[in-house]
Amino acid sequence: MVAKFELSDDSVVVIIGTGAGGGVLANELAQKGVKVVALEAGGRYLPEDFINDEWDSFSQLAWLDARTTSGTWRVAKDFSGLPAWIVKAVGGTTTHWAGASIRFQDHEWKALTNYGKVEGANLLDWPIDGAEMAPWYDKAETKLGVTRTGDRPGLPGNNNYKVFEKGAQALGYKEVHTGRMAINSKEYDGRLACQQTGFCFQGCKWGAKWSAAYTDIPAGEATGNLEVRERSHVARILHDDSGKVTGVEYFDKDGNLQMQKARIVCVAGNSFESPRLLLNSHSSKFPNGLANGSGMVGKNYMRHTTGSVYAVFDKPVRMWRGTTMAGIVQDEARHDPSRGFVGGYELETLSLGLPFMAAFLNPGAWGRGFTTALDSYENMAGLWIVGEDMPQLQNGVTLSETKDQYGLPVANVHFDDHPNDIAMRNHAYAKGIAMYEAVGATRTFPTTPYPSTHNLGTNRMSEKPEDGVVNKWGQSHEIANLFVSDGSQFTTGAAENPTLTIVALAIRQADHIAREMSAGTI
Amino acid sequence: MKHSRAKRPDIRNPIRSPGPELAGLTRRALLQRAFAAGALTVVGAGFIAAPNAAWALEVTTIKPEQMAALVQMARDIYPHDRIADAFYAVAVKGYDSADQKALVDEGVAALNAAAQAQGHADYVSIGWEEDRVKVLQAIETTPFFQTVRAGLVTGLYNQKDIWPLFGYEGESFSQGGYIERGFDDIDWL
Repeated sequence: MVAKFELSDDSVVVIIGTGAGGGVLANELAQKGVKVVALEAGGRYLPEDFINDEWDSFSQLAWLDARTTSGTWRVAKDFSGLPAWIVKAVGGTTTHWAGASIRFQDHEWKALTNYGKVEGANLLDWPIDGAEMAPWYDKAETKLGVTRTGDRPGLPGNNNYKVFEKGAQALGYKEVHTGRMAINSKEYDGRLACQQTGFCFQGCKWGAKWSAAYTDIPAGEATGNLEVRERSHVARILHDDSGKVTGVEYFDKDGNLQMQKARIVCVAGNSFESPRLLLNSHSSKFPNGLANGSGMVGKNYMRHTTGSVYAVFDKPVRMWRGTTMAGIVQDEARHDPSRGFVGGYELETLSLGLPFMAAFLNPGAWGRGFTTALDSYENMAGLWIVGEDMPQLQNGVTLSETKDQYGLPVANVHFDDHPNDIAMRNHAYAKGIAMYEAVGATRTFPTTPYPSTHNLGTNRMSEKPEDGVVNKWGQSHEIANLFVSDGSQFTTGAAENPTLTIVALAIRQADHIAREMSAGTI
Repeated sequence: MKHSRAKRPDIRNPIRSPGPELAGLTRRALLQRAFAAGALTVVGAGFIAAPNAAWALEVTTIKPEQMAALVQMARDIYPHDRIADAFYAVAVKGYDSADQKALVDEGVAALNAAAQAQGHADYVSIGWEEDRVKVLQAIETTPFFQTVRAGLVTGLYNQKDIWPLFGYEGESFSQGGYIERGFDDIDWL
């Protein structure tokens, strides 16, 4: 029985956003008997609704509300209104994500300690570590059905992987396999095995890839403790004179302003919308926005040091066939400053369909240099770089002059690469190119980062209140009943795709919130 | 394992065929009138046609000469020798509208002015692609060029009928994915 709570019910936990953080948190709390209202800005789409066409799917799922950009990153020039390619829907970006599910390495939890001070960077140690997180990672891997964990076998390699693997082996890489993926290699949790259909980014029409949209959300709803209100856009978080949050104002599906009371509010709108909401919730008591006593809301935005390498061969590859990202080289993920940068990076297989390849291979390029690359599309292989980027104070989210459809200031996203990011990207480009040349590539393309998919760090976790926004539970340093539950709480980004860590943190946070509610401390 | 071959482009829609009221614009008439023309030909009021009369495009708001320039420009921006003009025409036909007319008037005039500055009669009459590219480079930073180029990214490459020319197969869900249809069939490694 799906729950329905009164707007005046001040015993509920309100969760804003239903992705890897909010969607999981909502279910985990509901399973523990906690009443939850989840407010989701987007609509609800299930596998039968997903569209295996890149632009049509983009129109269906992507967050297309206004955002603005600044800084020297190329995305600000090529896609000035689209700093991120993330999703506005129930389940959030778990519909779009590729499924790569790898744990942080132990040293990455303590970046400041292990890398030392890096000029221009704002590195900090997480207030938690790998030992603390290990049992939560175990739970997250079980929830997501991650391959190569538990007794779950790996996925089979597709054509793109076979090229990638052969190149990696030629370079002497040892940690090369089809990844730890939240995509079923055999039936699991009532969901099918991967059918090698491609279009992982457009929502898995088989449900073989884990998405909160058709796992945690309906599981939470089935408890009778979770109400998901879709097409509900939160405008501001309200508080009382004591500084405790008391509820949220949101625009419902008809555009009417509503107010939902709450005992606890958890913000999980991703690294742009979460800080934007906290900033837009400013009041006379909190003139710089909620939870922002440190001035750190919106700061230290990270997006991973990404980039792609595509390569053309003299024979067909047909990289689009099969799982989009089931392939990884982990040898470069170590911290080894002798390479000229701190931190490390993963290399992962990736393909785009022809329409997106035309848009993203070299945005703005034209003429035969560009079109002859596309002419060889069938003979292309591709990989993606995912590396740790440096948190920098000036990178992040501020309120823009531009207003959205509700009249609310939108997020301006500012980003400049740190020299460490550039050194790492260039190293990864060279390695990716070398891999493909070792297999006979006739032409290679070191491709610029896409609009960001890994958005991290704008409400970061810190031991000391002055260094960040939330404590080791994701709880605001400043307001005890206000939590951050998404990737914005990342202190540093590590080299790994972030979803597994977001999910593990959400499971852990649910445990903490339920315990503290029982104890009556929040 | 077989993947679909290139289909003949469907030019019935949205490229309109001449109707009966447009006497003199039959396939045969077009063929005769376009005879010996090298490039796209302006044939009668409101039409341009391919030299081989494989297709024709009616314009209602902008001039046929302007549409011919846009089609040529589209090909020169994203030249694919195996893609027929009809697809480029589809990609730019949206400029034949009242709200685009000012952009086209100004843009094509600037394009021809740039061609003349480089010693040509106008843009479309330039014989070599390399020489037309030099003219385009002269206007590359203008909003007109950038609008046309950006529009082509989806206007051209999102036409499903051209995907087979690149080997791209599009969706596979309706066929059960590639699990039994060659997701790992690479045989030359």
